[in-house]
Amino acid sequence: MARYGMVIDTLKCVGCQDCVIACEAENSVPEGFCRDWITTEAKGTFPTIQMEIRTERCNHCTDAPCVSACPTGASHYHDIGGVVLVNHDECIGCKACIASCPYDARFVHPEGYVDKCTFCIHRVEKGQDPACVSVCPTYCMTFGDFDDPGSEVNKLLNSRRYHSLLPEAGTKPNIYYLT
Amino acid sequence: MNEITSTRHNHLIDPSLQIWNWEIPVYLFLGGMVAGMMLIAGYFLFKGRENEENCSCFYLPYISFVLLSLGMLALFLDLEHKLYVWRLYTTFEISSAMSWGSWILVLVYPMLIVNILLKPPAAVVEKFPILNKPKEYFFSNPMRIKSFGVLTMFFGAGIGLYTGVLLSSLGARPLWSSSILWMLFLVSGLSGAAAFVHVIAKNVYERELLAKADNAFLIIELFVIALFIVGLKTATEVQASAADLLLTGDYAASFWVFVIGLGIVIPFIIQILAVNHKIKHTPIAPLMVILGGLVLRFVIVSAGQFSHWFRTY
Repeated sequence: MARYGMVIDTLKCVGCQDCVIACEAENSVPEGFCRDWITTEAKGTFPTIQMEIRTERCNHCTDAPCVSACPTGASHYHDIGGVVLVNHDECIGCKACIASCPYDARFVHPEGYVDKCTFCIHRVEKGQDPACVSVCPTYCMTFGDFDDPGSEVNKLLNSRRYHSLLPEAGTKPNIYYLT
Repeated sequence: MNEITSTRHNHLIDPSLQIWNWEIPVYLFLGGMVAGMMLIAGYFLFKGRENEENCSCFYLPYISFVLLSLGMLALFLDLEHKLYVWRLYTTFEISSAMSWGSWILVLVYPMLIVNILLKPPAAVVEKFPILNKPKEYFFSNPMRIKSFGVLTMFFGAGIGLYTGVLLSSLGARPLWSSSILWMLFLVSGLSGAAAFVHVIAKNVYERELLAKADNAFLIIELFVIALFIVGLKTATEVQASAADLLLTGDYAASFWVFVIGLGIVIPFIIQILAVNHKIKHTPIAPLMVILGGLVLRFVIVSAGQFSHWFRTY
């Protein structure tokens, strides 16, 4: 059983937003919305300030609260890689999944259903990387299978320090940030 | 310093969550009122008051039916993909509080209809004599009506409990991350329903009883609110900060003035004076209790959406 996820090198990410544009083009994201975005976090007090630039999106959590909260089963784990997806024809737009996501990664599509990052599953099924990963000019994003001990994502995690977002939320996110 | 800047700009998500507007608080309020009314009606049936001609257990199911339908309408209006609402009933998702709620509501409707049929309108019975059957069945044995009263209370408690669990199951919002929210909404629903019946009850005994009961519910509600706040303040930093939204933050004015002051403390004082015959019974105090319950839902739903794991206030 595969467990797809991403490792993102925050020392390489420059916040150019190519990933954001690629996602919007690939997935026809409606104007005014985004499935991925850039976050800049500054910590500390001058002169000891630390800044991290990172590209964020749905964390495709292993224990996804959005899947648990969904009353119709529209939010589900895909058979391939445990990717968290929304079946548009089953979504009633109750927004319980949005309220349950600690990352605020979901939004209501103008057509009424809830939308979010899919890890470009239509590309992944063909053996390609998600659109955001494939266009990154600094190669800061790596997509792969965490259940495969020899995968590139596992090699990166074994060789560098990393963190995930809000691990205290207990959702077991599948995106890690190298620091 | 910890400064987070994001390029995200999703409607209803940024800068803070605003996915639920008036529909959900209204639904939670009406659900709580129906829960309280079912508990009261069930209690009167259990106590054998069905022989009293003007017992409120005969007309509360009608009012509950209307209020619940209005609540369901509010819930429906909140849906973004309305034509797909039937999808709720093609599955049962055991981990989803909303799925539990939608099925509980389906069970509550027949329960209310049977309650209504305990004393169906005479004109209707004349045309359809078969509608008298439930009445004959239940009234033929006092144990049956008592058991039915307990069942009505069980379903009433189920709705009241569910309205709180719905929010507290959404752990991503620190303010709702409390295991006591269901109790707060259940007691608030009971107090609102008791206040309502206090105003409309035709039976003097019931009016007096519910005025006294409402005072007890108001005290319990105040106690549960205190526990809710203490629970948050002694939990994680984000939860303690979420509690500050109510205590000193953006929602403090509506919380202290409308929920605590005008919704609980002042009506409690008025009703204590009325119960002790110092002043006449007035519909003002019950009305304040009911409106306080409504504002409580608005404050909890709105402040809960504003609270976040990433932020302190």
